[in-house]
Amino acid sequence: MSEPQGRGFWRSEAATGLYLISPTALFAILLLAAPLATTLLYSVFTDGYLEIIPRFQLCNYIGECASLKLDAATGEYVQDQTYLGAWSDPVVMTLMWRSLYVSIFVTAATVIFAYPVAYFVSFNVEPSKKSLWLFLITIPFWTSYVIRVFMWNVMISRTGVINSTLMSLGIIDEPLRMAFTIQAMVVTLAHAYAPFAILPIYVALEKIDRSLLEAGQDLGETRFTTFLRVTLPLSMSGVIAAVLIVFIPTIGDYITPNLIGGGKIPMIANMIEVQMLQADNRALGSAVAVSAMLVVGAVSLLFLFLNRRYLKGNK
Amino acid sequence: MKLPILRSYAVLYLAFLYIPILILPIFAFNDSTTAAFPLKGFTTEWFGRVFSDPALGEALKNSLIVAGSTSVFATLLGILAARALTRYRFPGSASLSGLIMLPMVLPEMIMAMALLVVLLSIGVPLSLFTIILGDVLICTPFAVAILTSAFQSLDKSLEEAAQDLGEGPFSTFYLVILPLVMPGIISAMLICFTIAIDEFIIANFLGSGQKLLSTYIFGQLRFPKNVPNIMALGTILVCVSVLLLATAEFFRRRGLARTGAKDTGGFL
Amino acid sequence: MTSSDKPVMIEFRDVHKYYGDYHALRGINATIKAGEFFSLLGPSGCGKTTLLRTIAGFEGISSGVVLVDGKDMANVPANKRPTNMVFQSYAIFPHLTVEQNVGFGLRRDPRSKEEKMRAVGQALEMVGLAGYGKRSAHALSGGQRQRVALARALILKPKVLLLDEPLSALDKKIREQMQLELIKLQREVGITFVLVTHDQEEALVMSDRIAVMFEGNIAQLDDPETLYRLPKTRQVANFIGTMNFLPAEILSEAGGRAEVQAPGLGRLTVDIEKQISSAPGTGQTTIGFRPETATLLFDGQAATDRESMGTVSEVVYYGDMTYYDVTLDDCDAPIRMSMRNVFGRPVLDIGTRCRVGWSPGAMVMFR
Repeated sequence: MSEPQGRGFWRSEAATGLYLISPTALFAILLLAAPLATTLLYSVFTDGYLEIIPRFQLCNYIGECASLKLDAATGEYVQDQTYLGAWSDPVVMTLMWRSLYVSIFVTAATVIFAYPVAYFVSFNVEPSKKSLWLFLITIPFWTSYVIRVFMWNVMISRTGVINSTLMSLGIIDEPLRMAFTIQAMVVTLAHAYAPFAILPIYVALEKIDRSLLEAGQDLGETRFTTFLRVTLPLSMSGVIAAVLIVFIPTIGDYITPNLIGGGKIPMIANMIEVQMLQADNRALGSAVAVSAMLVVGAVSLLFLFLNRRYLKGNK
Repeated sequence: MKLPILRSYAVLYLAFLYIPILILPIFAFNDSTTAAFPLKGFTTEWFGRVFSDPALGEALKNSLIVAGSTSVFATLLGILAARALTRYRFPGSASLSGLIMLPMVLPEMIMAMALLVVLLSIGVPLSLFTIILGDVLICTPFAVAILTSAFQSLDKSLEEAAQDLGEGPFSTFYLVILPLVMPGIISAMLICFTIAIDEFIIANFLGSGQKLLSTYIFGQLRFPKNVPNIMALGTILVCVSVLLLATAEFFRRRGLARTGAKDTGGFL
Repeated sequence: MTSSDKPVMIEFRDVHKYYGDYHALRGINATIKAGEFFSLLGPSGCGKTTLLRTIAGFEGISSGVVLVDGKDMANVPANKRPTNMVFQSYAIFPHLTVEQNVGFGLRRDPRSKEEKMRAVGQALEMVGLAGYGKRSAHALSGGQRQRVALARALILKPKVLLLDEPLSALDKKIREQMQLELIKLQREVGITFVLVTHDQEEALVMSDRIAVMFEGNIAQLDDPETLYRLPKTRQVANFIGTMNFLPAEILSEAGGRAEVQAPGLGRLTVDIEKQISSAPGTGQTTIGFRPETATLLFDGQAATDRESMGTVSEVVYYGDMTYYDVTLDDCDAPIRMSMRNVFGRPVLDIGTRCRVGWSPGAMVMFR
């Protein structure tokens, strides 16, 4: 407890804190920071056959690259096949754009549909029942993701629940084509991440001092304009948290393109898998992964910046 | 903004959230290999098949090993980090906690691939152990978040009081701190267990082909005739995770009641 | 209040404490006697709680010495010190019963379980909570928590009991009751009590001696009466009660008496022997007096000592008392006076001319 001067840093409170956190921090450094750094490094190295050659190059990102192969006779590297860098390859770019707009759609849909629910639970549910509502909202989220995604497949497939129901009721004659579409992917993902959007918005709404709303109405606003001028701005931090929490995992989602897209509409995560494993091009795979991280980082920073400016503007 | 509209919207939304889970048991008991209406008849055959599949037993065993170890290790790491972050001020705490919490905001695929590439290049053979490593990485931020709030609701003067009454740092920890954060620890373990047992990407890429529950299910989905089995299995899993969650919530609330803190809502 | 002959229990020798660049304690020198009820009084942030926590061992000191019962506490951790503390938040362990809380510190006590239980029972009885032992701690009221905290600390028979703003969380009635109970308890057990408070009234009521602290320094250390009657600085005078300050000019100064000229009061002699330690001087100074030492003189009432003329500029009616601001003739700033509302005495209106009776003996001089 006591820290008379002269005993030095290593017995101070700061040192105790560092000792305590060191196992966790070390774990994160070894298994997270180091692998990410390696990925970054690989993305500027040269692809070899079942190996990566530490020769610096930027063509994994832009331009045309050549894989190298060890020539058994000479012991030197010779050119193998060529491939396009991540930003030059139309296939990679298509997948990147698809991932981006799918996750933007998903995020927008999730947050917009979630907001009224969060508002309802925060403002219209009596306090003793709030926990129950939150519990009900979170339950579906904690059940097997693979099964939940697959259930959407069951619902929308050609002979699935929706089509069979509609046809047996005589509403349609031909099965609707819903499976293997981007719309189906958006619905599935929006469903999967719904609780992630509701909770942060709910938390932000809960923090709003209820007398502010009365003040708004006291100063001549209607219920609706009070919502627009007081509630909505004050809950913006929750909305932005929700956006980030939904956006980040959806852009890297792997299961949904597989199960709902039927492998026919791959996204960027599937591309990373293919390059890293099947195609054994870790240099290009790393470049794609780093690019995806850059996109995620850029979007996150944009929103964090918006949030900060928004908060500043409110002060 | 009047209540009935909002309430009916919220109820509809809940229905949307629950549709897949509610359909699950319907087809789990339906006597047909295709999931379509109208229903054919009641059967428990699929449950029988689930229980008699030796591959499932193996996958379940693996999943329990992985999720069990993950919840223990992630919670231990979480306790250390949460205690350090809530109780001590030290240089670099912000960046270290940022790094520890980073997996929450990184696409899992990228983490899994980065980890895989490093493990392969330094020659670590893939096994259940490497899956556990990856799962611990993903679960630790959740454990830290839960435990941070548990440690934060702890009044620092309780510790000082224990020392004032003659206890040393270690006895203070197990006489006062541990009992008070125990509900947080249990709830962190349950959450980590649930995440780990559901985890697919890590299990798929960081393992050496042993099936876990999630990868087993994913594999079965390729064969349409196995779909009803999966529905039955899914029904069981839903029941188990609801049970686990209810327990976690129970302990979380008891913890709050014990330390006299205010209930601030859900798990996140 | 003849504590001077008692042995010393706590001694601070030039104690300094830094938090980074912030100088929280700036050379504290003081002694606290055995069996004394000692208070550390000051506004928030003055260092009083920090000083208390250096006794308990929760704060290390940057330089200087803290002695408890003659022993240097430098390398003695909190759990080995002969002091116990009642925390501001009471720090009652929420997962234990009242009994377990009170007996918490007896874990290493070699006595038998029955004897320990008896000790717990006695401690609970002492604080008026007999029969509450089996209750769960978080079901207690604020006042009851306070008592549990007291019993838990006193059961260990510490040499010093430290109390960190123990009454601040209680409402007024219970607070006043607890003040009296604490005084009684202290007399019974004879243990040295060190109390931290920001409430001057509480300090005056309870303490044998009070150290008034500002910005990491002890501004004055005296018994309550001296502190009230002869504050050493304007800051102390202002913090404890109310005081009227008037500018004055020193005409002459000799033999512990100063001849001064003050607007509104005229020429007067102030006894400064007990009060001012610095070298005598001439020129401008400030004199002060407490509101209750001056009085309004009603029709025909003669002054006991001196009197001046003035005009009522503000009246605040309090029921049992009336506070008047009176602007004396030849003086710019109004003086405040408090008058008891004895039966038959009128309450004056603003603007009324009035006579003010005062006494040079009540005057204090500040440099």
